[in-house]
Amino acid sequence: METRTLDGLARHFQELLGDGAVITDPVRLRTYECDGLTYHRATPGVVVLPETAEQIAAVVRACNAHGVPFVARGAGTGLSGGALPRTDGVLIVTSRMRRILSVDVADRCAVVEPGVTNLAITEAVRHLGYYYAPDPSSQQVCTIGGNIAENSGGAHCLKYGFTVNHVLALEIVTPDGDIVELSDTDPGYDLLGVFVGSEGTLGITTKVTVRLTRAPETVTTLLAAFDGIEQGGQAVSAIIGGGIVPAAIEMMDALAIEAAEAAVACAYPEGAGAVLIVELDGPAAEVTHQFDAVTRICRETGAFELRVAADPAERAAIWKGRKSAFAAVGRISPAYIVQDGVVPRTALPEVLGRIDLLSREYGIRVANVFHAGDGNLHPLVLFDDAETGAGERAELVSGKILDLCIEHGGSITGEHGVGVDKSRYMSKMFSDDDLDTMQLVRCAFDPRGLSNPGKIFPTPRLCGEVPGVHKGVHPLVESGQAEQF
Amino acid sequence: MDALHEMDGVFPADALRETGVTVREAGPGDEVAGVAPRWVALPETTEEVAALMRVSAEHDLAVTPVGGGTKLHWGNPPERCDLLIDTCCLNQVLEHASGDLVAIVQAGVTMDTLAETLAAEGQELSLDVPLDGATVGGTLATAIAGPRRFRYGTARDLLIGITVVLADGTTARSGGKVVKNVAGYDLGKLFTGSYGTLGVITEATFRLHPVPDDRRWITVELPVPGAGAAGRPDDAPGLGALVAGLAASQAEPSAIEVDWPDVRVGPVVSVLVEGTAADARARAVHALLEERGTPWTTTGPPGWWGTPPSQDVLLELRVSPSRVDGALRAIAAGGPPAHVRGSAAVAVLQIALPPDVGGAVLADYVSRLRDDLGHLGARLTVLAAPRDLTGRLDRWGPVGALSLMRQVKERFDPGRRMSPGRSAGGI
Ligand SMILES: Cc1cc2nc3c(=O)[nH]c(=O)nc-3n(C[C@H](O)[C@H](O)[C@H](O)COP(=O)(O)OP(=O)(O)OC[C@H]3O[C@@H](n4cnc5c(N)ncnc54)[C@H](O)[C@@H]3O)c2cc1C
Ligand SMILES: Cc1cc2nc3c(=O)[nH]c(=O)nc-3n(C[C@H](O)[C@H](O)[C@H](O)COP(=O)(O)OP(=O)(O)OC[C@H]3O[C@@H](n4cnc5c(N)ncnc54)[C@H](O)[C@@H]3O)c2cc1C
Repeated sequence: METRTLDGLARHFQELLGDGAVITDPVRLRTYECDGLTYHRATPGVVVLPETAEQIAAVVRACNAHGVPFVARGAGTGLSGGALPRTDGVLIVTSRMRRILSVDVADRCAVVEPGVTNLAITEAVRHLGYYYAPDPSSQQVCTIGGNIAENSGGAHCLKYGFTVNHVLALEIVTPDGDIVELSDTDPGYDLLGVFVGSEGTLGITTKVTVRLTRAPETVTTLLAAFDGIEQGGQAVSAIIGGGIVPAAIEMMDALAIEAAEAAVACAYPEGAGAVLIVELDGPAAEVTHQFDAVTRICRETGAFELRVAADPAERAAIWKGRKSAFAAVGRISPAYIVQDGVVPRTALPEVLGRIDLLSREYGIRVANVFHAGDGNLHPLVLFDDAETGAGERAELVSGKILDLCIEHGGSITGEHGVGVDKSRYMSKMFSDDDLDTMQLVRCAFDPRGLSNPGKIFPTPRLCGEVPGVHKGVHPLVESGQAEQF
Repeated sequence: MDALHEMDGVFPADALRETGVTVREAGPGDEVAGVAPRWVALPETTEEVAALMRVSAEHDLAVTPVGGGTKLHWGNPPERCDLLIDTCCLNQVLEHASGDLVAIVQAGVTMDTLAETLAAEGQELSLDVPLDGATVGGTLATAIAGPRRFRYGTARDLLIGITVVLADGTTARSGGKVVKNVAGYDLGKLFTGSYGTLGVITEATFRLHPVPDDRRWITVELPVPGAGAAGRPDDAPGLGALVAGLAASQAEPSAIEVDWPDVRVGPVVSVLVEGTAADARARAVHALLEERGTPWTTTGPPGWWGTPPSQDVLLELRVSPSRVDGALRAIAAGGPPAHVRGSAAVAVLQIALPPDVGGAVLADYVSRLRDDLGHLGARLTVLAAPRDLTGRLDRWGPVGALSLMRQVKERFDPGRRMSPGRSAGGI
């Protein structure tokens, strides 16, 4: 892209949005050069800070007219490089679109702008006895627009589901610059469902109607300490197998506990090789029942200590170690990679064993923190970046963990998204035909490929190319100039 | 091109048979909403479906997938239809990973068979299946959900992976066998509600739930609403407030349904609670209902539970929950006698009209309700109605994202061969 075009566009945006809403100063542009995954960086060509859907639509139309790519950005907490800007493009930041437009308890929904943070929705409705269920750990800062793009989940999605299960309608600006409503009451194709999790490649969210969830009557949180991760795993299987779907089941191994202790002194039971956090919520009568079953199962599978949170402060204390685990590994390792992969729950023991083997083989420590209930692993691959070759070995281990996930019928990402970081793994998980078919969706929404290009898909085809159709003999083959295998 | 004629010396019937799939001539029972196909194929695997679709692409045959055939008269008649792909032989439950609460099934498996298989391990797919013979594929393609949608969501929320065959014979998968998965686009969502217009669903992977230990239905008959002019009620029975109270109740019901056979009698409300403490929770619901009538508790559902109020002329009304009373008032206000039933808490109501309602009356009724309720953000669609009644009636009504849907259809099925015209806006 010629700089002249971007300069011209920037001037046009200043007319559209006002001077204060357009950033061209190179120093200020640098603020936006990466998201939570800091090793991918690019300085955006221009940054705009729109306040309305109409402004976004106008920006997108202008980008379209000049074939300029655009990328949306919420809070920039993404961990897969999804909001990595384009040097030759426009970054559309939603930080000025932070209004909660309406709260309607009778209809159990709220309408919000895309830049509203996840937690702000809950804060706005808590006094009414409601909350917004999906709760990524980044919920204080990440935006609902980013959550929709990533189909974010949190510790409670085992029982309550992901973003896609809690969005009733979206207003989007399509890559053509049209403002369109996608609603769960529309007959026909579930475009709302397809848009959620599309990582900004199908357009930009400008307004969101979320479902509100009634706060449960009772919440019980317990912590169980085991000698090792296998026993903890058995407890998880027995709980789920016993017909109990807890609000959350989280597990940490010895190394993760060590890190958490070093960082926040969470005082988990001494000598624990693994801890399990189980949260139950719902009608009091039911929670009591389930609590009895869970404590029995934990004891039977070898828990040597059980702690029950008697009040919100104690609950917070139990969660503290778990919630700080990612940041905490910084205390025990100079550098680390947060991996995000999923395996079927029953494959957890096998996969954790294999991760341990990988760790020994490559001399790379791996701390395991995971959403045990749904098999979503977040191995923290630790290394010393001062040591030559350690970074490469860590990357290798991290990649091999994904291979393990695929081998066991799992996924290369459970909640952080593909972004730029994992696009090269997509063809390990999906066939060319699968990817070509997904590309049909992309082409329907974004025939020119301008909306967050380069994300999710490994070198996609152009929309003119018809994928998967092979008719007759290729002219080059027929003329003897090429062979086809 | 005429589908009956040969291409490059090959007749389509022969080409279809060369796939090795069982193919028969279509008979009078094979019509799709009145449109007669030429052939019916009975594939047993995804690969066989792909082979059939490749032949169909080569010979420009229009294809309609068929499951149990319980809902083939739903939606518009296809613009054309040469080949039915009957999924009755795609009938294997491929995997039930009970420890993972996941099942992988072929599209032609009936919901009953699936339920039996899962129940053997104390699990279930938490979708209610009111109609005998409905298949997994048909259930996904029509995306209609029953009472427990209030707690568990609809088919799209329980579907975690899908295999489809596209119009050109390409086989594509998305999702997988884990509940948590955000890699790539969710094609399962796209095909849910697609009415066979994007391709053939051949396999689906679902997340399951344990069968609840116990269930209770607490039912109450509300008083007859105050009669207005001409014996018609001038007011709905304050259903909205009752349902809102139930929905917010800490007893956490799984479903809140209403059945209102006749506007001259009071509607019946029935609430389902499930789980270990169902009995205690039932008492809490009972107490809430006592304010409005004389409730009774049962361990089985009321006879009407989760079944459509009619198979003949059936409309679906969606409105926001707080507007249910307004919607009921509008329904009662005039037009042919209506039987209303559905999920009160999510405000998806089915309206059955008498089978002998005239085409003109139906058209008037639909347009009046759309006018009356449009400002409530309501959506009225005609699910089922004999063709002679529908005429030029728009069964689906306006759809916000129609132009995007058209673009999706165009990309997936550029030749318009997959059940063309069946779904919203003629896609
Ligand atoms: C400490 C930490 C903990 C985390 N924990 C979790 C967790 O528990 N669960 C989880 O799921 N994730 C987690 N994440 C990842 C991240 O917070 C989520 O992916 C979040 O949804 C990103 O939101 P954001 O506003 O920061 O989006 P950004 O990072 O700004 O953008 C993410 C993607 O969304 C797109 N996007 C943003 N806004 C829009 C819009 N309006 N329209 C269209 N596309 C848009 C961007 O283009 C990009 O592709 C964590 C991150 C951190 C740093
Ligand atoms: C009030 C009401 C509530 C209902 N609640 C529920 C419920 O909770 N749960 C439930 O399961 N059902 C429910 N149904 C019924 C359900 O909508 C359908 O009856 C049933 O799922 C259709 O299945 P079938 O196999 O008979 O499909 P068919 O009648 O054979 O086909 C229906 C449509 O799906 C297409 N189709 C069929 N198979 C495929 C395939 N493999 N790939 C692509 N397209 C295909 C067909 O072309 C056709 O357009 C409800 C119905 C009503 C009226």
